[in-house]
Amino acid sequence: MIPAAFEYYRPKDMAGVLSILEEHGDDARVMAGGHSLIPMMKLRMADVPHLIDLQDVGGMSDIEIGADRIRIGAMVTQHDIIDHDGLAQAAPILREAALQIADPQVRYMGTVGGNVANGDPGNDMPGLMQCLDATFTVVGADGERDIAAREFYEAAYMTAREDEEVLTAVTIPLPKGGYAYEKQKRKIGDYATAAAAVQIVKEGGACSAASIAMTNLSDTPVFSDAAGAALIGTSVDETALDAAVAAMLGDIDPTEDNRGPVAFKKHVAGVILRRAIERAWSRA
Amino acid sequence: MSKKQHYTITVNGKEEEFLAEPRELLIYTLRERLNITGPHIGCETSHCGACTVTIGGKSVKSCTMFVAQADGKEVTTIEGIGGPDDLHPLQAAFKEHHGLQCGYCTPGMITRATKLLEENPSPTEEEIRFGMAGNICRCTGYQNIVKSIQAAAAEMNAAKEAAE
Repeated sequence: MIPAAFEYYRPKDMAGVLSILEEHGDDARVMAGGHSLIPMMKLRMADVPHLIDLQDVGGMSDIEIGADRIRIGAMVTQHDIIDHDGLAQAAPILREAALQIADPQVRYMGTVGGNVANGDPGNDMPGLMQCLDATFTVVGADGERDIAAREFYEAAYMTAREDEEVLTAVTIPLPKGGYAYEKQKRKIGDYATAAAAVQIVKEGGACSAASIAMTNLSDTPVFSDAAGAALIGTSVDETALDAAVAAMLGDIDPTEDNRGPVAFKKHVAGVILRRAIERAWSRA
Repeated sequence: MSKKQHYTITVNGKEEEFLAEPRELLIYTLRERLNITGPHIGCETSHCGACTVTIGGKSVKSCTMFVAQADGKEVTTIEGIGGPDDLHPLQAAFKEHHGLQCGYCTPGMITRATKLLEENPSPTEEEIRFGMAGNICRCTGYQNIVKSIQAAAAEMNAAKEAAE
């Protein structure tokens, strides 16, 4: 497999990246680990005349755990997430999700920034970041701006990031309560048939807060406010689970593909969400 | 077409300098340009792991890296792990425990396993299966691959203890 020819750049700093982006507009793309982009270039489904490799830019590989928030640099890999004990303590759902992404070799290369910026509905981190109410920081010629994960995704591969901007970091409020990332996939390395991210808070035997997002069940990740709301004030019993699943099914819009027809995907989405809520509740 | 560029990559301790287009996939650089044919092309789509090499302490599928990305890096292939006269404990264990049949996936398997044991010197069966999940074998059913890695881990740990 031979991708189309491209000019390759490996700038040493973000100013260098931005000047190449400014010069070439949407003919240029940045690349972190490349494990989504390179396969697309090999298939010639992505045409990238000017490829900007971010590996030497620096300053985007740190995981900072603060008193009330966690900041993850865009070049932090899935392997780094799994390997970071402090992060596993502060936000265990990240490790649980990262372990279900691709395979070991891909996780050494695949980055958090690439996963969330790519806009592929099959990627796991976007739904997870919506569940965690993350904020994405992007930088462009006019400086930095923050975009809420819940407002970032517009359609498949279409996001609120402009072509001349680079996503540099993900910031999440320190998550509270029980958690689960549940994913149904056909095989190692596959995207989800359905996946659910759940964070849930228990107070005095009742659910006081719940956040639910679904992966690969629409052309964007789906943050289901209604599904979370269906659990609040309940003891997360069968009736509440049924209500949350019904609410989630009203928010997703899966399409038929080689992972199955729409009815099957909705069925799997229900099963997966139920399991995720039950596991998160048991840990709350 | 983009012009050929000058690249320097250290492969198994030997510095290699050459001209190539940036789009060349590292597996082709290794196999066809440098004649290092241990890493194999199984699927060429980042799934099978037959092309696995070690770069900068990471197990990498060399079909999913452009040569330009590897410029200035150190790459280790199966040839750098051990040879016929000085088998690495993993190679010896794969031979002893029938960890291969056709052998096509074996260079990638063993290269990946060296990194796995470096990170986790005494893995459980489950950890081995999880840590080797990026490498596909169509012959063995994996049973003997797991046994081989367990045996190599025991051998390497014993050697390490004896040395201390």
